[in-house]
Amino acid sequence: MATFYDEMASNKRLSWLLVVAMTALMVITGYVIGLASGSGWTGLAIACVVALVIALVSYYQGVGIVMAASRAGRISKQEYPQLFNVVEEMAIAAGKPMPDVYIIHDSAPNAFATGRDPQHSAVAVTSGLLSKLNRNELQGVIAHEMSHIRNFDIRFAMLMGVMIGSIALLCDFFLRMAFYGGMGRRRSNDRRGGHPAIIILAIALAILAPLFAKIIQLAVSRRREYLADASAVELTRYPQGLAGALQKISSDQEVLEAANRATQHMYIVNPIKSLKAKAQSMFSTHPPIQDRIRRLDEMAHLYDDERA
Amino acid sequence: MVPALILGGIAVVLIIACVVMYNGLVNARMRVKNAWSQIDVQLKRRYDLIPNLVETVKGYAKHEQEVFENVTKARASCISAQGVGEQAKAENMLTKTLKSLFAVSENYPELKANENFKALQEELTATENRISFARQHYNDTTMDYNAKTERVPTNIVASLSGFKPREFFEIELAEEREAVKVQF
Repeated sequence: MATFYDEMASNKRLSWLLVVAMTALMVITGYVIGLASGSGWTGLAIACVVALVIALVSYYQGVGIVMAASRAGRISKQEYPQLFNVVEEMAIAAGKPMPDVYIIHDSAPNAFATGRDPQHSAVAVTSGLLSKLNRNELQGVIAHEMSHIRNFDIRFAMLMGVMIGSIALLCDFFLRMAFYGGMGRRRSNDRRGGHPAIIILAIALAILAPLFAKIIQLAVSRRREYLADASAVELTRYPQGLAGALQKISSDQEVLEAANRATQHMYIVNPIKSLKAKAQSMFSTHPPIQDRIRRLDEMAHLYDDERA
Repeated sequence: MVPALILGGIAVVLIIACVVMYNGLVNARMRVKNAWSQIDVQLKRRYDLIPNLVETVKGYAKHEQEVFENVTKARASCISAQGVGEQAKAENMLTKTLKSLFAVSENYPELKANENFKALQEELTATENRISFARQHYNDTTMDYNAKTERVPTNIVASLSGFKPREFFEIELAEEREAVKVQF
């Protein structure tokens, strides 16, 4: 039993570390880019304002935007009673309010959760998931998503998305400026531009910062998947359900059309199949699926022993 | 002057610590109570579902009068049960009779193909699951609360202000799991 709590505690510590690292990365990038184009503090201020605006919009409108981007439609209990029941069961097991339920009409089986906190959360599943899994497997998947909601992974993922988005936006903007406007201006007005070394540093940072941000995020994103699997078992007390679901989802060959690089990290199994071959690489948002199944099987033995 | 300040400072810190611990205990106990009332909500849902189910099955399997009576009787004794022990016993009885109801319905292919029956079966499965998950959640919150009442230093505040450990909801686990599998 201790494993859930141990993992959750170390997950929390890592999350804070990540937020601090991301903030530092954003502040430094903003400052250096500002320094290169005139004033460091202006750059810093712009970075903060950009991040704040994106954060506010996604905090209050995030669910709607994500669902629209994933072409998900909200459903009622009459349309999909079993899905609705399973979500409600898992909400009860987690002691959290019932999230909104969305469906994506796509035959590739997959699912994700989003929102800002358990009171404002939503889960989305594809119609392919519903048709291919049995009830226990569906329950495992929903338990995994409910764990993301309960562990506040959804807010965290949103926060990370915002920071990465802001850094990328800022760097992109600077690089364009440096290539199209910056050069001409520097010739006519040398005092306003920074020292050449700083400009080079800024360009290097503008290219590398989004990459760094992504790598940090992915490392933590993978850990979160393991944790969500573990706490899904804590909810259902039936590891075989989720293990079976992961097996089916990963052996499925269909491609989820509505998924893209901006939303891929949210899904239970990485929807971008070409990345699957490189699943162990630094750039994968998900741990290798066979490893996840192996861990679940180990837990299954644990529960068998307990019951015997 | 200085020792008085130090003593005063320590006192303030101690008081704040006690208030924080006390509030933590109150919150934990609130979660336990809330989780307990959730179980009742789900149990009531099951009682409401049963008459509907019995009527549907009756339409196809008129000759199974005994099974219907058992289910109705078990339901009534659940509603009138007093105390946790008696309640648990009555609930187990109801689960058993419902199982025999579904076993009987296996013999009626027309009934099994009935959309209304299928929907009811899903509802009942879901309700059984909800009940066991509500109990599980009650036990999880109770574990959290009990740990608080026993762990140092919250146990001092707990014993001073009368927070007693709660009982777990214990029921044969194997029995519970079988109840969940009504659907197959």
